[in-house]
Amino acid sequence: MNAREVLLDKYSARVYKNRKEHIIEVDKNIPDQQITANTRTIPGIMTNRGCCYAGCKGVVLGPIKDVLTLTHGPIGCGFYSWGTRRNKARTESGENFIQYCFSTDMQEPDIVFGGEKKLRQAIKEAMEIFNPKCILICSTCPVGLIGDDIHAVAAETEKEYGITCIAFSCEGYKGVSQSGGHHIANNGLMRRVIGTGDRPAKTKYSVNILGEYNIGGDSWEIERVLKKIGYEVVSVFTGNGSIEAIKNSHHANLNLVQCHRSINYIAEMMKTKYGTDWIKVNFIGLEATISSLRDMAAFFGDPELSARTEEVIAEELAAIAEEREYYRSKLKGKTAALYVGGSRAHHYQLLLKDFGVETVLAGYEFAHRDDYEGRDVIPTIKEDADSKNIESIEVEADPEKFRVYLSPERYEELKGKIQLDTYDGMIKDMNSGSIVVDDLNHFETKEFTRLLKPDIFFSGIKDKYEIQKNGVLSRQLHSYDYSGPYAGFNGAINFGRDLTMGLYTPAWGYINPPWKTKSVLKASLAGGDK
Amino acid sequence: MRQVAIYGKGGIGKSTTTQNLNAGLAEMGKNIMIVGCDPKADSTRLILGGLAQQTVLDTLREEGEDIELDLVMKSGYGGIRCVESGGPEPGVGCAGRGIITSIGLLERLGAYTEDLDYVFYDVLGDVVCGGFAMPIREGKAQEIYIVCSGEMMALYAANNIAKGIQKYANTGGVRLGGLICNSRKVDGEAELVSAVAKEIGTQMIHFVPRDNAVQRAEINRKTVIDFSPNEPQADEYRKLAAKIDANDMFVIPKPMKQERLEEILMEHGLMDI
Repeated sequence: MNAREVLLDKYSARVYKNRKEHIIEVDKNIPDQQITANTRTIPGIMTNRGCCYAGCKGVVLGPIKDVLTLTHGPIGCGFYSWGTRRNKARTESGENFIQYCFSTDMQEPDIVFGGEKKLRQAIKEAMEIFNPKCILICSTCPVGLIGDDIHAVAAETEKEYGITCIAFSCEGYKGVSQSGGHHIANNGLMRRVIGTGDRPAKTKYSVNILGEYNIGGDSWEIERVLKKIGYEVVSVFTGNGSIEAIKNSHHANLNLVQCHRSINYIAEMMKTKYGTDWIKVNFIGLEATISSLRDMAAFFGDPELSARTEEVIAEELAAIAEEREYYRSKLKGKTAALYVGGSRAHHYQLLLKDFGVETVLAGYEFAHRDDYEGRDVIPTIKEDADSKNIESIEVEADPEKFRVYLSPERYEELKGKIQLDTYDGMIKDMNSGSIVVDDLNHFETKEFTRLLKPDIFFSGIKDKYEIQKNGVLSRQLHSYDYSGPYAGFNGAINFGRDLTMGLYTPAWGYINPPWKTKSVLKASLAGGDK
Repeated sequence: MRQVAIYGKGGIGKSTTTQNLNAGLAEMGKNIMIVGCDPKADSTRLILGGLAQQTVLDTLREEGEDIELDLVMKSGYGGIRCVESGGPEPGVGCAGRGIITSIGLLERLGAYTEDLDYVFYDVLGDVVCGGFAMPIREGKAQEIYIVCSGEMMALYAANNIAKGIQKYANTGGVRLGGLICNSRKVDGEAELVSAVAKEIGTQMIHFVPRDNAVQRAEINRKTVIDFSPNEPQADEYRKLAAKIDANDMFVIPKPMKQERLEEILMEHGLMDI
């Protein structure tokens, strides 16, 4: 039996029937290997998934620095989504609310009598103290149950204070994971923010970075490289992001999609409404970054830009060559397991490969089938009751703002060369024999760690310490623990350094306490000398 | 102390029946508390002679948790202690949660004293959600009476409430004491309600005839026993009170399937009307 079968064998018939569809062993000889994803977790199973609110407020909206994001609900949701993803942000104007946690802190009487009054009061106080130009209201479970009309309060707020105020009905219980929350956040930004600005891009080589949340400073490293080549970054969704920039994002000529799962809705809708093409990029990993930069240059098709791209790549690589070689020598031949996100488990495989680390297991918490198998399968994905519960909006071409950058001939020419307006998914980058798991749980984490013996297990706070107690290094890819950036050229070196430090720490020698390996009992014979 | 909850379809006369029957019990010398569990807060109007009562939840909201029992509890006819839970405006907040909160507060304030013979919960409408089932869910009420009439929807509702009771009967120990028929002058009403009661496994504890004496008393903000003690209708409520006081038939109901209920209705010719 292979590891997959050994693990599945432990399950009861009912659970087996469900889980076997979520776990596959990659086999390159089988075309179009299928996985089940984005379905409900079996009740009772310790899943690592988050909730709809986590996806909306925690992932997509939270990193926007110049808006006041207000959690409408009891204090727990706001508090535990405060700063945990280490989305960094800085501004010159000082209008930066990212270090704050705003919540209406609903109490029992607010549940009984409705919380709208308290929400209005919170907005009033927020206006008096912080005077933001935009407030985003995110609702939590009880708000959906008691039916507070947050959208009406948002409309009133806009009228009364003359600011932008958008309400997001992202109650935690909606959908099967945080994925529904991404979609709700995407819809809100599309409906109310994108396309409302009139500040045109300054240059031809203008791009937006979508699905980059500046964890540990990732987007700063990416922007540094892009600017060095000569690109203009119009906006970032949403790491170090600004509502002002997002308003003008439709003026950019190209969308770069980093995290496909959380932001593909906006990429697709901008393509329909404004004609903006998107390409799937990955700035995690040296080879991945280089190939993304080349794809971008190919899109714009300017020999000068291509030359400048190669120049910068060479410069960057030269600057890190020595460290890269050193960390590669320390890490080569190690194996890794990745269980994170809806895109990260793919991205980090390429960074690991740069250092000679092979990925033996990769899984997503909240991905859909297209994140595993590529967007070609989207028409075949069956809608179920849970996915229908998440609003999906239709947009049309904007008669004034729709414009196409590529000529039809150039589009066709590029289509075969780069991932233009599409994404091929994670599985195609994986080797035969490696394992892919959707919605991994605590039992499977433990079992696969035992069976596959990876040297490093990348995951999140929920299982990090259990893995480490079993003697395997674990690093959090939701927050980079306390480190980062890991993106781009300098980020790759940070990653190599952290991994080397983690793997070579003497602490692993103490996993087995001394009394487990040698006798510590001391005794003397009675009735002897004394 | 017997804790009794009165359920029934909206508008069937739960509050009227509860208060009139309580007047009867009070006449028998019983110590009673009525807890109104309807956000409209009109469950104790006839006992108190008006609505001038501050609800538990309003008080909680305005004064905080540190309040005196006197503020929310008033005595009315026959020394009956009256409390109104109150609740949010229609369409806002969570009235069910409000009932849970307010009963919890009453317990903390020591409203449930040893000398009480009866506590009556007058609960809004059908069993709507968890909050409205609070009196039976947490074992606050041990016995339930369902007010109904011979009308089809009232019996549907009664059957549904029986389902709610059955759900909590095994864990909370709540039992159904019977159906109270508050007559709407439907043909063959007493027989029909008795048949339904029998099918559910309980009894029709009393048939309260329709009489304008009730309306006359209500307009004067009084129970019949208080307003016109010599009317025959007053005796009907006295009979109901005596029957409840002497009741010893407490069952776990066996609610019917929808089809069976419709069959019984047909048997009794309700479909011909």
